[in-house]
Amino acid sequence: MKKQKDTLMVASLKDAVGGAVIALLMALVMVGMKVDVASGRGAELFIEDRWAAVAMAVAIVFVGRFVLNLFYWKKEDTEKPRLGSLLPSVSSFSGLGRFATPVLLALAVILPFLLMYWLGSRGSRQYIDLAILVLTYVMLGWGLNIVVGLAGLLDLGYVAFYAVGAYSYALLAHYFGFSFWLCLPLAGILAAFWGIILGFPVLRLRGDYLAIVTLAFGEIIRVVLLNWYEFTGGPDGLSGIPRPSFFGLEFTRGEGGFADFFGLKYSSIHRIIFLYYLILIMALVTNIVTNRLRRLPIGRAWEALREDEIACRSLGINTTNTKLTAFALGAMFGGFAGSFFATRQGFISPESFTFMESAVILAIVVLGGLGSQVGVVIASVVMIGGFEFFREFEEYRMLVFGLLMVVIMVWKPRGLISSRTPSIALSKNAKGISADLVQEGTG
Amino acid sequence: MSNTMKSWDNNPVLKIEHLTMRFGGLVAINDLSFNVGRGEITALIGPNGAGKTTVFNCVTGFYKPTEGRLVMARSGGEKYLLERMPDFKISAQAKVARTFQNIRLFGGMTILENLMVAQHNPLMVASQHTVGGLFGLPTYKRASNEAVEKAKYWLERTGLIDRADNPAADLPYGDQRRLEIARAMCTGPELLCLDEPAAGLNPKESAELNELLMYIRKEHDTSVLLIEHDMSVVMEISDHVVVLDYGVKISDGDPEFVKNDPHVIAAYLGVDDDEVDTVEQEVGL
Amino acid sequence: MDYFLQQLINGVTLGSIYGLIAIGYTMVYGIIGMINFAHGDIFMVGAFVALILIVTLGLSAATPVFLLIFALILVLVLAMALTAVWGWTVERVAYRPLRGSFRLAPLITAIGASITLQNFVQISQGARNKPLQPLISGGFQLTDGGPDGTGFVVQLSYMQIIIIVTTIALMAGFTFLINKTSLGRSQRACEQDRKMAALLGVNVDRTISLTFVMGAALAAVAGLMFLLYYGVIDFFIGFLAGVKAFTAAVLGGIGSLPGAMLGGLLIGLIETFWSGYFSVEYKDVAAFSILAIVLIFMPEGLLGKPEVEKV
Repeated sequence: MKKQKDTLMVASLKDAVGGAVIALLMALVMVGMKVDVASGRGAELFIEDRWAAVAMAVAIVFVGRFVLNLFYWKKEDTEKPRLGSLLPSVSSFSGLGRFATPVLLALAVILPFLLMYWLGSRGSRQYIDLAILVLTYVMLGWGLNIVVGLAGLLDLGYVAFYAVGAYSYALLAHYFGFSFWLCLPLAGILAAFWGIILGFPVLRLRGDYLAIVTLAFGEIIRVVLLNWYEFTGGPDGLSGIPRPSFFGLEFTRGEGGFADFFGLKYSSIHRIIFLYYLILIMALVTNIVTNRLRRLPIGRAWEALREDEIACRSLGINTTNTKLTAFALGAMFGGFAGSFFATRQGFISPESFTFMESAVILAIVVLGGLGSQVGVVIASVVMIGGFEFFREFEEYRMLVFGLLMVVIMVWKPRGLISSRTPSIALSKNAKGISADLVQEGTG
Repeated sequence: MSNTMKSWDNNPVLKIEHLTMRFGGLVAINDLSFNVGRGEITALIGPNGAGKTTVFNCVTGFYKPTEGRLVMARSGGEKYLLERMPDFKISAQAKVARTFQNIRLFGGMTILENLMVAQHNPLMVASQHTVGGLFGLPTYKRASNEAVEKAKYWLERTGLIDRADNPAADLPYGDQRRLEIARAMCTGPELLCLDEPAAGLNPKESAELNELLMYIRKEHDTSVLLIEHDMSVVMEISDHVVVLDYGVKISDGDPEFVKNDPHVIAAYLGVDDDEVDTVEQEVGL
Repeated sequence: MDYFLQQLINGVTLGSIYGLIAIGYTMVYGIIGMINFAHGDIFMVGAFVALILIVTLGLSAATPVFLLIFALILVLVLAMALTAVWGWTVERVAYRPLRGSFRLAPLITAIGASITLQNFVQISQGARNKPLQPLISGGFQLTDGGPDGTGFVVQLSYMQIIIIVTTIALMAGFTFLINKTSLGRSQRACEQDRKMAALLGVNVDRTISLTFVMGAALAAVAGLMFLLYYGVIDFFIGFLAGVKAFTAAVLGGIGSLPGAMLGGLLIGLIETFWSGYFSVEYKDVAAFSILAIVLIFMPEGLLGKPEVEKV
């Protein structure tokens, strides 16, 4: 017995020393020495050393690994420590799905008033703004979920359609003076149209090839927006994008404004709350449409396509058209979200449509659980909400964001909600399908 | 019988004429011609690597044949040249359905969903290509209910009705094979192509399969073309057997005829052509 | 013609750098079939390690040539070793736990690792550009600008020669490694069938780790070259270089080493010629468009093996 303990001790020590050596090698140069431009001596570079930080990093790794080895991973698993075992094991959120939906929905509907009640109109503003941002990502996530989650097509350039939507609205408003309500459907249609144009040549590509070409298309659109000064304003972007009106009532002070019409005292929060409900409704429409589509032949064909494309073809399904509709519909919702983004910001520039946005949206879909609508909501709240919440730690929050992506994926590779609800069932209490059985698509 | 015209030449559902398929330098099928009789069960047999699955892939449009014609004659009289059609249209318009040697089900979808996907095209029309369905028009609801009924019918025929809401990947092997047949039948085919439907089945399941195929032929006017290794299945249920070896047809006739054809025996036992005479003597012909 | 020659030289130089990074992508893709999105950032880390070492050693253009060459080789070896540790760690932490899991999970952890590395370097090294005074200047003049001295002078700098020669040497070394050594053999075996390789006694985990280590070491070489050639780096250089290099790997046929090199050269040439003759702004568009066109008409890339769809 005693001997066993010793070997565990020794093994843990060895492992911890190994980890510490690796940490030392990594940190020695990249943490220990900071290269910087000397302010006084021209463009000369100099090194500022921070050995204490290195020592700390090494110590943390050593102690951390040692303790984990000793008490957590135990000896049987020392060879392959899994990050997953570090985290609490939540067996499954699948049961949560059905229960969470109405609660989340009710919360979303009363949220602005709840916040106003607690924090007053001044204090709640930033939180409502944050909620709008989260909802924008929820909508984008739901849009992309059609493409990636249902049809199984890996799209790394989704932000392109977001950009098309935003620029469509901004440009249509700028050149033709169209209102938001006219531009919204137009932006969606234009984005869908771009989805088809981009989708048509690439959809016969498979897997990672499709991913890289969609990434390339996303970058092409961004570079064009960046360089076509005459039309898009280049890196300066477009400003003065008109704000939406409430059935013709502008959110302005004085006569004829929204506040005046309803006999309220003017407050800038009215517009924020209006924008909140606008994106809430847009997102809900996306969700309702997607859920309906799943029960229609087209939606089943998408999922079948994700499961097995060859079998689909043998059953008479035109896979090209099916993929294109998924691409176009996903793009359309991206376009809607884009024009909302434009009207909310009042200013857009190519800065907002980088690959990082595509990656974040895709991460939300995958972290939430492919194909799961509730999963997208949870992932958006955690990732975007959490991200904005740590505004004070400006420097570190992006770092934490990246680490969180890694940790969540390693913990739950199938995403937070990893079960699929059948689109049709004979019995009343059909169970969800475990994600282990669900394919992720090769397209 | 041997002098009269064969039933499968009379009014064939599928005529394969001079089919040749080359992959680079390899000739997988060489000048193959045979007919699949309407309302009959035709078996395509042959040693491993004889090119049977390649014939299937040509018929169902997954390969484009190098040469030759594939004429599908539907019961209404319409004729389709399968070699010119893309794979999905062969199923949708020419009404040829197939199963796969390595089962291809939609594993993450329920059994019922698998059968609903198979009825994609009629349901698409009923939902006005999604637009009507999105707004919940009654035509779609009716069509959807009919589709469920059809699925239930086939689930009952295949004994899978109790597991309709289970994911397809959870089914045992034999059930998966039957589900694949049920799924193919849900497309309403006039010709059903089965690629080794009895592979991996135990004798009981194999017998059930025979029964199912006989039923399909009898009750649904569906002609069946099957690839099979299991001779008990072939001899018991088929009306017509075609034997392939190295991409060439070596025998074509009713089961009794094929069973005694020395070429077939030679191909299966592996003797050269010039030894056929010796073999014939040995087997007492 | 002279202008063309100059663009050709510049294109080959840039292409060599892309090619070195692309090898890392192609090897990882070949062996575990994933896009290692963090590889571009490993390249960036390599450039930073090299820069810090150069500054620490106090190298400058005034350093005597022999000492400089010796020091640079030392920097190269150290940067390769230290960057390799980073590559190893990324694989160990972000990819190994997901081995055999579904395809999108490692893609997301790769993106996460990329974000993490970028921001880590931004925090630890600061967001500002790091300009390095040129260490190696001068070169050959291939043309003299014509009799009246007004023509175009074609320059082949020593730096360009060093980059091209190093790349060729490393390529030769790696081709030997993959084709002739037992490590290369295990690697190719894992590429074909990981399970079977494991059954036959290949240590799959170690082989994959070594693949990442080699990829990272080559990326460090590319990082040093990039630093010396362009003279300025920041924490964000990894993204674009990474995307371009991945494009190069796909263009050449992913999984193929010569393909990665060829793709790198092509992307480098397309980019420089496009900048030289058309517009600098749209050089990325040109590279990406070529990629899209090649993939649409030739999905397996230029030197890749066609993927057969088994029915």
